[in-house]
Amino acid sequence: MAHVARTLRDCISHAAPARFFWDRSAQVSVNHLAHGTSLGNRLAELAGRSVVLATSSQLTAALALVELDGVARRLTILPPDTATDHLGELIARAEADAVVIDDGTPDRPAFALPVRVACAPAIVPAEKRALPRLATEWLLLTSGTSGVPKMVAHSHASLTAPIGAGRRLDGLVVWGTFYDIRRYGGLQIFLRAVLGGASLVLSSADEPVAEHLARLARYGVTHLSGTPSHWRRALMSPAISGIAPRYVRLSGEIADQAILDSLRAAFPEANVGHAYASTEAGVAFEVGDGMAGFPASFLDHDRDGVEMKVVDGSLRIRSSRTASRYVGAQQPELLDGDGFVDTGDMVELRGGRYVFAGRKGGIINIGGLKVHPEEIEAVINRHPQVRMSLVRPKKSPVTGALVIADVVLRTECSRPDAQTQVKDDILALCRAALPRHKVPVAISVVPSLDVAATGKLSRRHG
Amino acid sequence: MNKIKLTIMDQMAQVAREHSKTLAPLRDDLVLLESGLDSLGFAVLVARLEDTLGVDPFTAAEDAVFPLTFGDFVKVYENGARSANAA
Repeated sequence: MAHVARTLRDCISHAAPARFFWDRSAQVSVNHLAHGTSLGNRLAELAGRSVVLATSSQLTAALALVELDGVARRLTILPPDTATDHLGELIARAEADAVVIDDGTPDRPAFALPVRVACAPAIVPAEKRALPRLATEWLLLTSGTSGVPKMVAHSHASLTAPIGAGRRLDGLVVWGTFYDIRRYGGLQIFLRAVLGGASLVLSSADEPVAEHLARLARYGVTHLSGTPSHWRRALMSPAISGIAPRYVRLSGEIADQAILDSLRAAFPEANVGHAYASTEAGVAFEVGDGMAGFPASFLDHDRDGVEMKVVDGSLRIRSSRTASRYVGAQQPELLDGDGFVDTGDMVELRGGRYVFAGRKGGIINIGGLKVHPEEIEAVINRHPQVRMSLVRPKKSPVTGALVIADVVLRTECSRPDAQTQVKDDILALCRAALPRHKVPVAISVVPSLDVAATGKLSRRHG
Repeated sequence: MNKIKLTIMDQMAQVAREHSKTLAPLRDDLVLLESGLDSLGFAVLVARLEDTLGVDPFTAAEDAVFPLTFGDFVKVYENGARSANAA
């Protein structure tokens, strides 16, 4: 096993200035983790195991992550919206033999593993016990896949590489995140807080935006991160006036000029920065000049160990921050022959800057949730009157994009009243089979759809 | 009550039904985020209103607008309709 330079727990010190993790119902003094445990003194049972983190709350997840880094052989982080149907497959792929739960974790057959440890949002003194230090493999789930999510392998080193040692900020730092820390974007914020000696305000499931913002205000948030959609929602809340962060960060979706300008206007004293990151590629860069897109010069040379190039319009990234592979049998290669990750994000050069122009393969990003049009088309095509369909993005000032569908009907039902009925039927079919964000906001009946020479539907970026 | 406001109220009720959300009584001082619709609900509402009213004042505006209350929201559409007619 490789030498382990540092674990998350090494970043916690009993003697450090007081700092906290907060959620809606609990406050935990992080420094107590230096000699304490949130796992009821059962950490040793998890040593060397492949552990699935299945807590219901972000707070218990945060505490368990600090304890398990460097102790578990492998750590699989389940996001809160993981489908029950996928649990068995994910746990098998991770070869998991232990699970960490909390008192809100639902009882699932897939969690019947040899070791089952409960995490509580309270720290008790830990028995002193030297455990071997391992280079824990961190498995994160992607959001972009139809079917079972892909599992992406990271390490402490790859996850913390974007957080430079020189980034320790002066003064009291309180991080907040609109993201869940069990996805890459939110995990980066959690790690910044842990490594930087900061406190962290976490949201609770189903917490109203106004309450979350009020808590961020109460704890004096100084650094706050979310997707452009999160920020648009926050800007619609009167409670936004209660916070005054020094650093405002966007990532996870295209940050357009309108949202950057709105945040600049709302927080004139703050640094507003947008970061480009994905679960596979890691954090590639941060842009701090208040402009959408990124300077073309970013591609010319190695920047902080990150190399980028554009191949067929798609951004490729090579750095020590990328994931190493997809986990499981018959998974695609994550890195190309030269060690670059193809992000699938299409960029266009406009006036010396690259701007994002959508996703290769037509993946649509709806408020940070990635949607494969093919998945929706498959549902629409089940309707007996549908000959073929094309799902495409419609721009939205709220969520960045929504999905709309063009359908070609079989000739016998082209009467207008029959068309209305068919459209309603298709929508009912979609509502029954798909999560809300995948239901088309509008359906148009069209006479035909373009089919390319490859025999595939022509998908153009709209 | 004017046509724009009525259309918005109808569409909000429709979107709330489709998303299984309970809509709060639509008074002018109702804070939008407390109306019962979430981000996705508002995104769908704005798209539907673009179809029925023929204008998306949020995308059309030079500066981004973030209405806080239901009354603000209606005003954005009334102003949007005026500038669309003037153009």
